[in-house]
Amino acid sequence: MFNLRDWGADIWERSSRPIRVLIALGAIAVAASLPLLGGTFLNTPVADYGSVLVFPVAIFVIMALGLNIVIGKSGLLDLGYVAFFAIGAYTMGLLGTKTSLNSWEILPIGIAMAMFAGLILGVPALRLRGDYLAIITLGFGEIVRITALNLNSIGGTNGIVGIPTPPTIFGLEYTFDNHRLYFWTFLIIILLTIWMIRRLSIRRSGRAWESIRQDEDAAELMGVPTFRYKIWAFVLGASVGGAAGVLYASKTLFISPDNFTLQVSILILACVVFGGMGNIWGVILGAIILGYLPDRIRFLSDARLLVFGAVLVIMMNLRPDGILPRKKREKALPDKSQHE
Amino acid sequence: MLANFQNQFASLTVGGLSLGFIYVLIALGYTMVYGVLRMINFANSEVFMYGTFASIIVIRDVFNFTQQSEPATGFRLAYILFFCLIGSMLMSGLLSVFLELVAYRRLRNKGSNKLAPLISAIGMSIVLAEFMRILTDSRYVGSPRVMEKKVLGSFFGAELRIDNVIIVVSGLILFVGLSQFVDKTRLGKAIRAVSMNEDAAKLMGVNLNFVVSGTFLVGGLMTGAAGFFYILKYENTSFNIGFELGIAAFTAAILGGIGNIKGAFYGGLALGLLETYASFFLGTQWKAVTVFLVLVVVLYFRPNGVFGEAITQTRA
Repeated sequence: MFNLRDWGADIWERSSRPIRVLIALGAIAVAASLPLLGGTFLNTPVADYGSVLVFPVAIFVIMALGLNIVIGKSGLLDLGYVAFFAIGAYTMGLLGTKTSLNSWEILPIGIAMAMFAGLILGVPALRLRGDYLAIITLGFGEIVRITALNLNSIGGTNGIVGIPTPPTIFGLEYTFDNHRLYFWTFLIIILLTIWMIRRLSIRRSGRAWESIRQDEDAAELMGVPTFRYKIWAFVLGASVGGAAGVLYASKTLFISPDNFTLQVSILILACVVFGGMGNIWGVILGAIILGYLPDRIRFLSDARLLVFGAVLVIMMNLRPDGILPRKKREKALPDKSQHE
Repeated sequence: MLANFQNQFASLTVGGLSLGFIYVLIALGYTMVYGVLRMINFANSEVFMYGTFASIIVIRDVFNFTQQSEPATGFRLAYILFFCLIGSMLMSGLLSVFLELVAYRRLRNKGSNKLAPLISAIGMSIVLAEFMRILTDSRYVGSPRVMEKKVLGSFFGAELRIDNVIIVVSGLILFVGLSQFVDKTRLGKAIRAVSMNEDAAKLMGVNLNFVVSGTFLVGGLMTGAAGFFYILKYENTSFNIGFELGIAAFTAAILGGIGNIKGAFYGGLALGLLETYASFFLGTQWKAVTVFLVLVVVLYFRPNGVFGEAITQTRA
């Protein structure tokens, strides 16, 4: 079968440095020009195309990249990823409405809060393996949502309204309907995230995660401090989720506990697996498709989610490793965790 | 509040037990499949939801009950309830087998990674829930009242309401029946063999596809029975009830030790009681938080659940 991922990797590996720079710049240019393509077949029938690109597409891409560190790189099944997204969004909502801090100042605070939450959850949870970890993280996601729902001091069921937009920078004004500016801002965050993940995954931590994913016992025997690297993956994933939350809140300007249900965690997980676990480009593609598709097929109105579910079933049956699976080299070792 | 709790303790316990048996039966659906495939069957919550609808269909369309009908009594009531139970179990059991064929079979025979079936089951669960949402127009569907909820008597000050008694007694019967099935029959033996060691079981001539279908069928039957009990207790359902109960039942299965039938039993009962007591003290809005916190604490000290086998070596 034609493998798009290996074809792409081949071109990349055969190119010299200047050509690689050109390819990268070209890809960035294509991504940056996406909001300009409104009015073509990409237009969504009901929702505004520009706004769909910002949320869900760009936000999904950021979250899927973060979750990919946890699931794709180190093989930890996290079903409560939405918790970190919620913590980031609530940090933005509370600090944005109650203090004079602006979005850019809150972004690092939100990331720190999410990382802290990841640490608190990770220390007891990461002693467990497999499906027990899945249910604990799932429970954590629900605890965060229900707590937000029941505590009236942070808005309760009404959520938080009137979150300020990011302040004007370089004369560019972030107004509510300036979707392009938001998209380009988020694109920069996405590029930074990709850069961070790529740097980390070729270094010691990347190799440690890979060994943990393939065989945790063997990794431990070889002297990899597995617990520490699992926590590190978890906290790093949480930080990306927190960043996505802050950005989401400063775009929608209104958050409520309904935005942070388990369905979000599951959808992001679907993005990662659908696109191709462990491969950044696959994950991005998966997030773009699954973020964009429900709005594109809005003409089906009532049957929209039904078709969406059917697409998941059919695609997983046809391509179990996702649209763009991880590199063959990374799959070379028989992977105990994946073929039980 | 404490004095109040003492007064109500017995009644709360009865209510908690009947909720617990609903959890036990759904948890059996999760735990059977997990024992054989080592996979969370995410669509089991939807299997349960279809079971609740099957009961309503039997009551409404087979026995022609309407909201104005007189509740049935005596032998006729027993007859109707029996057919509701059978209807729900069949519906859920067959749906569960169908689910395995569509979402799992191909991937399993290909030997895919472990997350692909999870996502395809999630896809199926979306399809099933959405299909029902469209059919019911996103509304709650109430069940006509088939029986009067009489209080049969009291036991240590607990009101024994008839629906709770039926649920506890028949839940117990179903559970004992299932354990006997798994212990004594040929298929039960094959299921245990596959869950111990799939490769060895295959070498011994176990037909894997048949055993997996059988497991899904039995798990679905139990989950369907839970759907009937739910209708008996709460008398209404909707396309989205599966989610909440499914999560709770899965938690129960984990609490007891997943993959273990006894674990589902004790886990389900413990969760039902815990939830009922927690709602009394903290209000219903905090019950899910209490449940998950207890789960975290239990897993911290007993990482395999209370009755879990050595499953620490199993990974996602």
